[in-house]
Amino acid sequence: MNVMWKKMKKTTKSNMITFGMVILAYAVIQAMVMTGNISSLFKGLLVPVCTYVILAISLNLVVGILGELSLGHAGFMCVGAFASAFFSKCMQGVIASDGLRFFLALLIGAAAAGIFGILIGIPVLRLKGDYLAIVTLAFGEIIKNVINVMFIGKDANGFHFSTKDVISLNMEPDGVVLVNGPQGITGTPKDSTFTIGVILILITLIIIINLVNSRSGRAIMAIRDNRIAAESIGINITKYKLMAFSISAAMAGCAGVLYAHNLSSLTATPKNFGYNMSIMILVFVVLGGIGNIRGSIIAAVILTLLPELLRGLSDYRMLIYAIVLIVMMLFNWAPKAIEWREKYLGRLKHRKKTTKEA
Amino acid sequence: MSFISYFINGVSLGSVYAIIALGYTMVYGIAKMLNFAHGDVIMIGAYVVLTCVSTAGLHPALAVLIGIVACTVFGIVIERVAYRPLRNAASPLAVLITAIGVSYLLQNIALLIFGSNTKSFPEIIKLPSLSLAGGKLTITGTTILTIVACLVIMAGLMAFINKTKAGQAMLAVSEDKGAAQLMGINVNGTIALTFAIGSALAALAGVLLCSTYPSLTPYTGSMPGIKAFVAAVFGGIGSIPGALIGGILLGVIEILGKAYISSQLADAIVFAVLIVVLLVKPTGILGKNIQEKV
Repeated sequence: MNVMWKKMKKTTKSNMITFGMVILAYAVIQAMVMTGNISSLFKGLLVPVCTYVILAISLNLVVGILGELSLGHAGFMCVGAFASAFFSKCMQGVIASDGLRFFLALLIGAAAAGIFGILIGIPVLRLKGDYLAIVTLAFGEIIKNVINVMFIGKDANGFHFSTKDVISLNMEPDGVVLVNGPQGITGTPKDSTFTIGVILILITLIIIINLVNSRSGRAIMAIRDNRIAAESIGINITKYKLMAFSISAAMAGCAGVLYAHNLSSLTATPKNFGYNMSIMILVFVVLGGIGNIRGSIIAAVILTLLPELLRGLSDYRMLIYAIVLIVMMLFNWAPKAIEWREKYLGRLKHRKKTTKEA
Repeated sequence: MSFISYFINGVSLGSVYAIIALGYTMVYGIAKMLNFAHGDVIMIGAYVVLTCVSTAGLHPALAVLIGIVACTVFGIVIERVAYRPLRNAASPLAVLITAIGVSYLLQNIALLIFGSNTKSFPEIIKLPSLSLAGGKLTITGTTILTIVACLVIMAGLMAFINKTKAGQAMLAVSEDKGAAQLMGINVNGTIALTFAIGSALAALAGVLLCSTYPSLTPYTGSMPGIKAFVAAVFGGIGSIPGALIGGILLGVIEILGKAYISSQLADAIVFAVLIVVLLVKPTGILGKNIQEKV
């Protein structure tokens, strides 16, 4: 075992640590749930934590690996959540097995968000930097607005659709309102569990890690490092950008499915699917280290659990997030800070090395 | 008649967007960064004026002056502390994310100090309404003042940039920072001056915006801020007349969309305009085409 560990490549080792960390955390928490050593508050947080972890990993694909800032991540989550909740609501009672229905809902949520990712990506990815950020932000807001004016009902004659109100759906008296504009979708079956959440995290990790270490992943990172150089050696920029963007969107859709099936009523408010949510996911990614998948997981877990455990700080939570964001960026990216770090921390590292050798 | 009144309201809202867009467009032109916190400086300015008028009981004109000074100081401090250290950072994302952090910080500071409750902004612009066409069309004094203020600011700014030394320095820095420095221009000072002017305009915009829509929360600034950026992009970023045209067009589109299509979809329409503009003419209406050189 020891020999095998030493023989492994550095990246493989690092990936193993990431997977091991997730599985270990799952085992510990599951043991705590079994023995009843866990408060109900903490238990209620388990599925949201999984949702945020998936969101953070998927945004890291765009921000860290592709090197573009997307501020509409919550929009994709919103698409996934509503598409899957709509499906589950329609199929409740039609598909007998809850497990199968949830599995299909997951596929539909991911596919819907992925398709939106491609549709949005084709025009948007021609832009870069600030423009891309603002356009993705705009898309997130458009999706939220459009969902808030959607009314869908179902009766014996089939589906009815309106953008005004429930009355203008013109349904038979036995009709059911499925999507009720600003009130959203109510009565989604509660299918999400912690175990499913962790399985989804592992699947996301496998996809991302395989992508990053593949030919496509290297092409994506080449585009990030130097677009013109990448283009000149024949990398199809649009294709690879679109690939990363749509995969990330589909994963956010998955997180949305998990989110939607954890709540009994799903509404699109600025709080859960707005710009603020996208920023919160960005904070996870920045705090964990841009491009560092394991960091994203740890940051998402800590930043979700910490404010809930320290209730007294809840007023200052967002303030602290903001300061963390600014300080992290200054510390990591300012040329002067980098210089300072190399001067002092570099010396420390060097000293450690020399003592080891001695 | 109702169309004309909607149109005038649109021009008025558009004038506010244009004033905010000026701040974006100048900062973008010079520092090549999207100052996400600009919208929140508007909110800070409005809160300062509100506090001066309601709590301290100062004269509105004095309150507006204090608001402008406070925002100018805020603008300079933000630039110095958060943006200047990152000016030569390796990744262009760094300063963008920091700007988002600053925007968030300002919102949450306001939230802690003033609370999340909506405050009603005092009526500080007391001008008589103009009645036209036998009383069928009324234009409020605030609307007229907003449009006039926008035009005056625009003209003043154009004169400042084209006629004064500091204005010429701004143009030089926006074209080539290194060359400007070699010509003896204080680049850091010029950028700080740009932030100061942009933030002072933001305070004015805040007062005008809250006089038309008198409800103030810590999030008041963020949406108009983003829309003003859309206006700046629409008109061609970096161009001052472009900000005016983009702002007014966007205001008219928003108000007419609200009136004739759907009030809930008005924001979506504005953003859809942005996307169409970026796809059809990414440089905006008055923007210059810059070719990328390797």
